[in-house]
Amino acid sequence: MSLLSAKGLSKHFNGLVAVEDVSLSVPEGQVRALIGPNGAGKTTLVGMLSGRIAPSSGAVSFDGQDVTVWPAHKRIAAGMGYTFQITSVFPNLSVLENVALAARRKVSENRRVIETVNVALDRVSLLDRRSEVAGDLSYGHQRLLEIAMGLAQSPKLLILDEPTQGLADGEVAAFNTLIDELRGNITVLLIEHNMDVVMQVADFVTVLDAGKVLFEGTPDDVKASAEVQAVYLGGGDAAA
Amino acid sequence: MMGGMQKSLLLHGGVLVVLFALQFVLPAYHHGNLARIMVLASYAMGYNLLFGYTGLLSLGHALFFAAGLYGMGLAMSQFGLSAGIALMVGILLGALVGAVIGALALRTEGVAFMIVTLMFAQAGYLTVLYFGAYTRGDEGFVIAQADRVLLSLDLSDPTVRYFAAFSVFCAVFIMCYLAVQSRFGKVLIAIRENEDRARMLGYDVARYKLAAVVLSASLSALAGASYGLLFGYVGASFASVQYSIFPLLWVLLGGAGTVLGPLIGTLFMFYLIDLSSGITTAYMLIAGVVLVFLTLFAPQGLMGELRRRVWRWLP
Repeated sequence: MSLLSAKGLSKHFNGLVAVEDVSLSVPEGQVRALIGPNGAGKTTLVGMLSGRIAPSSGAVSFDGQDVTVWPAHKRIAAGMGYTFQITSVFPNLSVLENVALAARRKVSENRRVIETVNVALDRVSLLDRRSEVAGDLSYGHQRLLEIAMGLAQSPKLLILDEPTQGLADGEVAAFNTLIDELRGNITVLLIEHNMDVVMQVADFVTVLDAGKVLFEGTPDDVKASAEVQAVYLGGGDAAA
Repeated sequence: MMGGMQKSLLLHGGVLVVLFALQFVLPAYHHGNLARIMVLASYAMGYNLLFGYTGLLSLGHALFFAAGLYGMGLAMSQFGLSAGIALMVGILLGALVGAVIGALALRTEGVAFMIVTLMFAQAGYLTVLYFGAYTRGDEGFVIAQADRVLLSLDLSDPTVRYFAAFSVFCAVFIMCYLAVQSRFGKVLIAIRENEDRARMLGYDVARYKLAAVVLSASLSALAGASYGLLFGYVGASFASVQYSIFPLLWVLLGGAGTVLGPLIGTLFMFYLIDLSSGITTAYMLIAGVVLVFLTLFAPQGLMGELRRRVWRWLP
């Protein structure tokens, strides 16, 4: 059964077509990667899925409900976790309070909030930094903090917009391990530039080009596809 | 070694004890001043909830202060209601005006929000002048001493007045202290720090912001209504732009986003003007220079600076 599906999603910005008639369906428990060259419309598409951008036409359904007209916060409350492409934490608050804010939406009892926070921070190996101010963390750690904030909400679907961008090699490896641990428990929609990460962690890949779905298949299919290669090599925007 | 929570309780509780005790030792002049300062600081605390904690800069809070003041005053002068009921009318009117203005002004952000709130407050000021037949415009009206009675206590008596002002201050102070450490308050802080992130954690940001405006407006109205009742005068100058700027100044000086800041800021500003006007007629010059130095060396206000340097646990 599909947890998240989009039907005929389009977005036009004053005549400019950013996303054109995209349909996709992510089954429960899958790690789905969304790839494509710069300007393919990945972030716009994810914006429509998460409710940050209103679609020009089309419909989104999540967990058996039509959420097309729902505001973003309502979709999040219904079980979508979201991390921003450009790191977005509460820089002046402690690491602990950052994750507690995520946890507190669902859990009210203080002791359980702290428990949830500790579990989430432990998952991304930030537990020993919990009393530091979030803005003082390194860039890579802030990205992990944002993932911890997503995890603390125990979402049904976790949307990660370029989570490994700017991470060191060791941190990327840790990220891959984290996704492997989550596999099966939650559904992940991963927007990713790093092909190595996609090949390693994705169960299924959707390739977007010029606002349309160009190709869908397993990572191996994608690797073998001449179409995808043409877009990536011909577009002059080879993956990192 | 005490935890931050105990230290903070001790400090804030201590401030209340000191304010209560001061009435027995202060000479009459300062006694009266402090009663005034406590009511005005309540206004500043209401303002701080929106500005310091939610990060919304309103330039129109005089409208809420005046809604409380006139709601209370007109209920007494026009409808002959008793002081207690009139006080309630003032607070309710403030909450109502807050809900309406909030719903409209929150459609904007940043500078536009400042301008929209400023314009609404000016409209409120002009409304007071327009209905001069009832409000007596700039001249204002006096609430007779005989009517200023609450629970059979004469509010014009200095001792009673001090105690009433202290009660209002206490109520607002304790409420703010608890509110900013509650789940609700922490969401407001999250909105101040990063609104988009708060929304994408699933919080209905628009609803929280509206609730913050209504709460802030209600506290401002409570302060306005109390001020009129305790000092017996209702006038249009309280609805003017000056009274929108005052709470901003007090909060900035004392420390935005701290529970104690508004009291410290109001106290500081009041005595700065009081003392410098005793030295020279150009007292605004002295006040101005001090303010410039404070913004230079303590941009986060007095309590904000203290929190940054010493008391990290200050709520």
